[in-house]
Amino acid sequence: MDEEKIKRLADHLAEAERSGLAVEPITKIEPEISVEDAYRVQLLTVGRKVNAGDVITGKKIGLTSLAMQTLLGVDQPDYGHLLDSMAVENHGHISCKKVLQPKVEAEIAFFLKRDLKGPRVTALDVMLATEYVVPALEVVDSRIADWKIKLEDTVADNASSGFYVLGGRPVKPDQIDLVMAGMVLYKNGEVMNTGVGAAALGNPAVCVAWLANKLAEFDIPLKAGEVILSGALSAAIAAEPGDSFRARIAHLGEVGVRFTS
Amino acid sequence: MLAEQVCRALAQKLVDAELGKQEIVKLTAEYPELSVEDGYLIQEELIKLKNEQGHSVLALKMGLTSQAKMKQMNVHEPICGVIFDYMAIDNGILPLGELIHPKVEAEIAFVLGKDIAGPGVTGAQVLAATEYVLPALEIIDSRYKNFEFTLPDVIADNTSSSRVFFGSRLKRPDELELDLVGVTLSINGQMKDLGAGAAVLGHPAHSVAMLANMLARKGEKLRAGQVILSGGITGAHQLFAGNVVSAHWDGLGGIDFVVKE
Repeated sequence: MDEEKIKRLADHLAEAERSGLAVEPITKIEPEISVEDAYRVQLLTVGRKVNAGDVITGKKIGLTSLAMQTLLGVDQPDYGHLLDSMAVENHGHISCKKVLQPKVEAEIAFFLKRDLKGPRVTALDVMLATEYVVPALEVVDSRIADWKIKLEDTVADNASSGFYVLGGRPVKPDQIDLVMAGMVLYKNGEVMNTGVGAAALGNPAVCVAWLANKLAEFDIPLKAGEVILSGALSAAIAAEPGDSFRARIAHLGEVGVRFTS
Repeated sequence: MLAEQVCRALAQKLVDAELGKQEIVKLTAEYPELSVEDGYLIQEELIKLKNEQGHSVLALKMGLTSQAKMKQMNVHEPICGVIFDYMAIDNGILPLGELIHPKVEAEIAFVLGKDIAGPGVTGAQVLAATEYVLPALEIIDSRYKNFEFTLPDVIADNTSSSRVFFGSRLKRPDELELDLVGVTLSINGQMKDLGAGAAVLGHPAHSVAMLANMLARKGEKLRAGQVILSGGITGAHQLFAGNVVSAHWDGLGGIDFVVKE
């Protein structure tokens, strides 16, 4: 796909962000778009933000549950970029003016002590390179109207990223069985759903290994100190003004966020 | 309210269905006015019949403890039943030939160290009175066709109790955060379901507290030494001949069994 079309698609998504009004799927505008081209749209969008002064703080892995993969008809995850402007302090708030159709999911966030570069990175490599993990809430959001997304739409749209919140306490990887760590997600004090580490491709470290190997295709390493959101441990819950969300993950503590009008 | 004779006849019908492995039409098809109280009266008669056959109560159980199931059945309170001694399986084999259409769900079982008398009991008091917790896989097997029943029906049918596998790892309740214990349930190596303890009424101990409060209405209490299945953390999954079932609880080990004709 030529650069002009990539730019137009990035403009299309940027317009949704600017106006606060969701737009039609890019797969409707360019039905032939490939996943690779969708990543080009994402990289262009992220690059523009960085040029405007934003800073890349890490990566997120999406589509890590069998349910989501089945829904979109894919057999692998996708990834997006986390930016400084997306970080929210634990128990902070997010104005609903800054999001279009937000949903909240709980995840385990990884921080590496050394770079990891694929290919052939394994889950064990990830564990050995991990300095600590913390509980995280990811606020996913789609610039595509009514979340009517195909794989290429969400990839181009920075893997439907919105905001992220880190909480709890940093825990070394030998202090927790990431596969079996339980999670409970509350909205306004009520249990919305529960999950366990295994919900993310069987093991959150497998998701991070996938990302390291995927990035190797672009000759990029996962960097020490980056935030890596490894994938949702339960279904995403829609958020409205006034809602407060809280998640607890076994051994890691809790993380919360509130939505204001 | 139903006459004792009618209750006994209906209880006999359910016992016969279980022994004959012959599913029956729900009782409310013939007795549409059956109340929840009637359901418990029939269950009491069923327990008497089992006692007369030489079976004793091994454990108590709670059912409909998830928000999803309570909504589905349109109720605000869980239901309770009993597990008989013949229902415990120690050899790792579920004999399909003895059952109708069994399903499996993963739970946490409590063993009480002290009596608990309601009303007004809370989860904290339950934890203080608990000697051990351990993992359990409950097999439910409604005697009704296609698991189709109303609330009074399922109460009369001893809340679908059928079989139970207990894990070998006992822990004191203060060694775990029970609401954050992650659980996975796999059949033939494929993960079928997962969750955390909070899926049971926000905390498995809440379920036991509710049981104590429900018993208090009848002037009864929970007793030291009693075993209580607190309710499904996962959904219930139907089993077929040849299935290999494997479940894991964070910090509580696992349980495996096979389903044989």
